[in-house]
Amino acid sequence: MKVEPMRPELNIAHEPGVAKADPVLIIDGMRRAFGGLRAVDIDHLEFQRNTITSIIGPNGAGKTTLFNLLTGFDTPDHGQYSLDGELLIGVPAHQVAQRGMVRTFQLTKVLPRLTVLENLLVAAKTQPGATFRGAMLGGWQGAERQNEEQARDILQRFGLIAMANEYAGRLSGGQRKLLEMARALMVGPTVVMLDEPTAGVNPVLIQSLLEHVKGLRDSGMTVLFVEHDMDVVQSISDWVVVVAEGHVIAEGPPGVIARNPAVIEAYLGKHRGEDVA
Amino acid sequence: MDWMQILAAGVLATIGPVTAGYALSAIGLNLQFGYAGLLNFGHVAFMLVGAYGTAMTVEFGGPLWLGLIVGIVAAVLLGLLLGIPTLRLRADYFAITSIAAAEVLRLVVRSSWSEPLTGGVFGLQGFGGAFHALNPFPTSELYGFGQFVVTGRALWVILVGWALVLLSTLLIARLIKSPWGRVLKAIREDEDATRSLGRNVFAYKLQALMIGGAIAGLAGILFALEQQSLHPDAFQPRITFILYVMVILGGAGSIGGAVLGAAVFNFLFFATDALMARLQANIDWIGAILSPAEAGLIKYVLVGVALMLLMVFRPQGLLRSRDEGRADAS
Repeated sequence: MKVEPMRPELNIAHEPGVAKADPVLIIDGMRRAFGGLRAVDIDHLEFQRNTITSIIGPNGAGKTTLFNLLTGFDTPDHGQYSLDGELLIGVPAHQVAQRGMVRTFQLTKVLPRLTVLENLLVAAKTQPGATFRGAMLGGWQGAERQNEEQARDILQRFGLIAMANEYAGRLSGGQRKLLEMARALMVGPTVVMLDEPTAGVNPVLIQSLLEHVKGLRDSGMTVLFVEHDMDVVQSISDWVVVVAEGHVIAEGPPGVIARNPAVIEAYLGKHRGEDVA
Repeated sequence: MDWMQILAAGVLATIGPVTAGYALSAIGLNLQFGYAGLLNFGHVAFMLVGAYGTAMTVEFGGPLWLGLIVGIVAAVLLGLLLGIPTLRLRADYFAITSIAAAEVLRLVVRSSWSEPLTGGVFGLQGFGGAFHALNPFPTSELYGFGQFVVTGRALWVILVGWALVLLSTLLIARLIKSPWGRVLKAIREDEDATRSLGRNVFAYKLQALMIGGAIAGLAGILFALEQQSLHPDAFQPRITFILYVMVILGGAGSIGGAVLGAAVFNFLFFATDALMARLQANIDWIGAILSPAEAGLIKYVLVGVALMLLMVFRPQGLLRSRDEGRADAS
């Protein structure tokens, strides 16, 4: 697979917690434990604006927990993080989304008994009729028309326009992943967080899905990306953060990370190559 | 056997105030359960506070209009009080809490401790005078044709009841067709997804609980005014479950479903009741094996069978589209 060219702003040291030129998201001393298990324990981590950053690590490394913490679906025991300089600790999930950080889910969450178009309209950022008061007063049809136009544009881009009036429950697994991503765009995000977007998607669709992920970056968004498939990570990431046992153990461009001994150890185990007694 | 009489019994019950009251309450439940996906197992409590709010206000010398306001406000407040601590819980915990709250409320109302206010087990009577005084129809006159007749007193309650049903349906239709209603449906489908899209799920659920509760409160008031008497044991938990049957039968999450479900349920219920009473009286071998009281119980069996058949052949309810049903299953 083709490897992305290095972006100049990422010409920095390859070490955990390194400062970025223009960080959009900064994590400081974030800890989350479940009983005795330290799921997330990150001293400092920055994400460069307008790049695709992959977060990789073995199963149980704390990747999804990190996503949950960042998007307000879980609360850290201590520590803080900020989006565009704004502190987000204790901010509920729906407000995190309103402030421009939208996530998708590892197990795709489409709204099955709403049509594909309605799935997008639910997420529309500007809609006075979405409040009880606005719905009673009426006069939301103008905003609705604009939102619908925007939604159809996005569906067109994601190749879902033919399905606009189908119930989302009728979509295939891959189409659901696309719908989730398309829906996230309706919120008008600055940061899009994709939790394993290629899981369970057939190989043909993976390529087009990855093109859409690049499309998000190219239209100015920052993409955070949890992924297991190393081929996928190599082909689209600008930067890779490796998490193991809750800690950031390495960061760097994908080509460098693949050769990092700490990463190989985390993935394959310490005793690789030793004789079995 | 007079089939006309049996049909008349079913039809009169279907258009009667009891069906209007059930339909009204089911509309409220449909907003909560059918659209917002709230498993409210304490729906009957909203009817109770609505009815008692009105009756107690009138009992203590307040005018009827004030009683109506108190009843509805009480139902809305119950939604607020029940919802704030419980709507953040998972759906099944909310279901348990709501049924418990409804039973606690009924037991408090019927306790001897609250007798000076609520009449305890003796209930309250005679608070509906002002309502029936507004009746423009002579109360003992009969309206209709053949066996399909109602008294002027009943006609008044029927007209008011179905007008309320119509108004509530229009209100719900306006809300559901708005973006607000779409968010509610999204919450029913997946709370976390809706939250991730920037919607305050808790606030929407609370609003649905309060609005549905207000409509149920109105239904409770209608029952109380119609019967001119109020008794705590009329608000048993099974009322809630009968309402669920109606909502699911008509099609949970369809605008007219709750009303249709209430009508079909009550028609089946009262027509089979009339049928069994006549079969028991007129056919010897049935009379030999069933006492009149036992024949009266057969209606529950027949209604159960009829509902099972409907669910087997139309699991998505009478009014919901098949496509929507299929999207649900996949």
